[in-house]
Amino acid sequence: MFNNFPLWPERASTVAGNVDALFIFLILVSGMMTLLVFSCVVYFAARYRHRKGVLAEQIEGSIPLELTWSIIPMFVFLVIFGWGAVVFFQERTPPRDATEVYVVAKQWMWKLEHAEGQREINELHVPVGRDVKLIMTSQDVIHSFYIPAFRIKQDVLPGRYTTLWFRATKSGTYHLFCAEYCGTQHSGMVGSIVVQEPAQYEAWMNGGPSGPLSDTGQQIFAQLGCATCHRADAQGRGPNLQGVFGSPVRLEDGRTVTADENYIRESILDPGAKIVNGYKPVMPTFQGLVSEEQLNALVAYVKSLSAAKAADAAGKTASTMQNSNSAAPGSQVE
Amino acid sequence: MATIANAPIAERENYLNKEYGVGSWLFTTDHKRIALLYLLSITFFFFIGGFFALLIRLELLTPASDLVQADTYNKLFTMHGMVMVFFFLIPSIPAVLGNFLVPLMIGAKDLAFPRINLLSWYLYIIGGVMMLHCMLTGGVDTGWTFYAPFSTAFTNTKIVEAGLAIFVAGFSSILTGLNFVVTIHRMRAPGMTWSRLPLFIWAHYATSIIQLLGTPVIAITIVLVAAERTLHLGIFDPKLGGDPVLFQHLFWFYSHPAVYIMILPSMGIISEIIACFSRKRIFGYSFVAFSSIAIAVFGFLVWAHHMFVAGISVYAALVFSLLSYAVAVPSAVKVFNWTATMYKGSIHYDAPMLYAFGFLGLFTIGGLTGLFLAALGIDVHVTDTYFVVAHFHYIMVGGAVMGYLGGMHFWWPKISGRLYPEGWAKLAALIVFIGFNLTFFPQFILGYLGMPRRYADYSHMPEFQILNVFSTAGSTILGIGYLLPMIYFLWSMRYGKPAPDNPWRAAGLEWKTASPPPTFNFDEEPVVTWEAYNYEELDAPHHPHKKEVPVAR
Repeated sequence: MFNNFPLWPERASTVAGNVDALFIFLILVSGMMTLLVFSCVVYFAARYRHRKGVLAEQIEGSIPLELTWSIIPMFVFLVIFGWGAVVFFQERTPPRDATEVYVVAKQWMWKLEHAEGQREINELHVPVGRDVKLIMTSQDVIHSFYIPAFRIKQDVLPGRYTTLWFRATKSGTYHLFCAEYCGTQHSGMVGSIVVQEPAQYEAWMNGGPSGPLSDTGQQIFAQLGCATCHRADAQGRGPNLQGVFGSPVRLEDGRTVTADENYIRESILDPGAKIVNGYKPVMPTFQGLVSEEQLNALVAYVKSLSAAKAADAAGKTASTMQNSNSAAPGSQVE
Repeated sequence: MATIANAPIAERENYLNKEYGVGSWLFTTDHKRIALLYLLSITFFFFIGGFFALLIRLELLTPASDLVQADTYNKLFTMHGMVMVFFFLIPSIPAVLGNFLVPLMIGAKDLAFPRINLLSWYLYIIGGVMMLHCMLTGGVDTGWTFYAPFSTAFTNTKIVEAGLAIFVAGFSSILTGLNFVVTIHRMRAPGMTWSRLPLFIWAHYATSIIQLLGTPVIAITIVLVAAERTLHLGIFDPKLGGDPVLFQHLFWFYSHPAVYIMILPSMGIISEIIACFSRKRIFGYSFVAFSSIAIAVFGFLVWAHHMFVAGISVYAALVFSLLSYAVAVPSAVKVFNWTATMYKGSIHYDAPMLYAFGFLGLFTIGGLTGLFLAALGIDVHVTDTYFVVAHFHYIMVGGAVMGYLGGMHFWWPKISGRLYPEGWAKLAALIVFIGFNLTFFPQFILGYLGMPRRYADYSHMPEFQILNVFSTAGSTILGIGYLLPMIYFLWSMRYGKPAPDNPWRAAGLEWKTASPPPTFNFDEEPVVTWEAYNYEELDAPHHPHKKEVPVAR
């Protein structure tokens, strides 16, 4: 029992070092402040202890001193705030070409699905040195995806997507915790992040059975009859979905929103919430008709339609809706 | 005066011996008797909450969930939190020491609304009985935070009943706050200007504002949870069209300021104790006074720092992080002023002062670790881990309870008319300080290592065990430290030496009346002609009793 007694967590992601640096800075700053206060208290308590016949010297206060010990801490606090914000924005801004993994949390397990199609439960395989973006939602209550070795955490909410990203720097197996209390087996909702060298990771990947997630999405898209209205030309009753993802969409009420994962999700489950300019609110809701996993596949499919557009812009082969599907996962795997 | 002071204690009529019998207590409108009713009730709940805490620590002694099952463990930490927050910490200092001292310190006969004061105790008791009933018939397993949609749609425990208990107890808190605000505005003795008020009063004034403005929001939130749970109105549950993050906004809009309901009165006590035992006017009186108000105001603007990873926008997080640092400044100013008060003082080491030293140490650590949590980049890693657990216990137990105990010792002679045994009291202060640090300091390390809170079972990460063993060991020491004062306070009521009116030679109107005070506090209305903390006059070798103070018969 005593040979396993860590005092500092492992550091295995690109942001971990930055979090640790700020943490150490804060230990130094607060250590100095503690030392200052404690040594004053101890010194005063000893030096000015009660002696018979010696009276306390009454001091009203001192405005210069009050200003000093308000303004100096304020500047120190501002430095901490700024540094903390910089690290936070780094933690919260996923790189553009990250590999995507869809996460569905439920009481009390993690279901993970790679964009390439591999599915895992309570375990996530990732390669060293590649940006990974998690697109997460919950089937029931609020959970929280927490990897201490990466110093990152994000609550996973029912009814919407939240995202998290990281780039692992060291191969190994790391704890995955649910950090938001979620019921009886909350403490059992743990798993591991398996970080592998790229070669091993490719081998693991190739062991998987299924095709890309966006292919599954395309099948669901066809089964649900989405393609009747969302046609690949401008003749459909619904907007053409090619190139929609990631671009601004003008709405009926004059607002403009960016078509992100949450927008696609909402448009499927609650189509009346945001009507695209020039279209009628004729789409039925698919709330209750598609599972979280199917929803993720649909989102992945709609995204793949834009990946093709990006490929277009890069001067590659012009793609129709059909062959864009094969282009999309390729761009995600690299 | 000398003859009066030497009169045997039994002959003086005071609030304790004026009437006897259960009815004279249950129907009293005397703020001092109501304070004692509160003292009994909150002590009862403190030991219930403490018992839960001890069971939690015992369970965590080993990684596996072996002492209790996961469901039981989840109920234990939930009930520990609910009992300690709503039935001990929030009423503790205001309803006991505040109730007893606010009228005495400002030279009033009673609070502005004595009957409402009694009503507030009854509301507390009704809420408390409901909470006990809820616990005995199954309890709740959501954590004291009630997060939706777990609380509204998933758990099958007694959410509505626990919510109603807190709802009712909340009105007790609102009424106490209302009573204090009106009393402090309207019932100060002649000459007791705002700038002559003891800092204890300033702290309670700031606290009362939070109680008045914040508590209704938690009441509304509870009603919304109950409505969604029973009537399936879609407010928080996304399946019904609600927003779970909205719940967190509403919850923390009250529950963050609630932390200041706990700590501000404690800060008020510390100001009184440090001034008295340094024999000095408090350094920077007006800065200490206004920092209480600043904390109360800024405290309302920082709630979303509990939600940095909850799914709020990065820009909202940015604003709330900045505002959280703003609230840290007045807290730091207080610590610096208390420290400076000791400079060139004449410092006595009586037990209340030892508790004040303990407060300074623990509150400083608690406050500084708040800087870690307010830093966005670090919060992402440590929120919802034991780092947070350690941080808020340093503030709410290390700070608030240390101050509460310091205050209980300081004013015990006034409350009971008896002296407590000084040696035992010093020992208890030391035991509490050591036990507290041993319990909670290892949790900072556990938190940074990544141990999530509210885990019944950590057998997947046995590397966390040793620090948990330290913590559990500390909690037993801490438990002894908390039991000791209860024992010797009870002992002193019968066997303690009779207390003189002013055993500490302290400034403040409460010390100028008898110990224990008569029912209407002062025999004639005091007239105040001096500043607060006039220790210079009190300690002057031959100070010419110029304006003799009113005392009891």
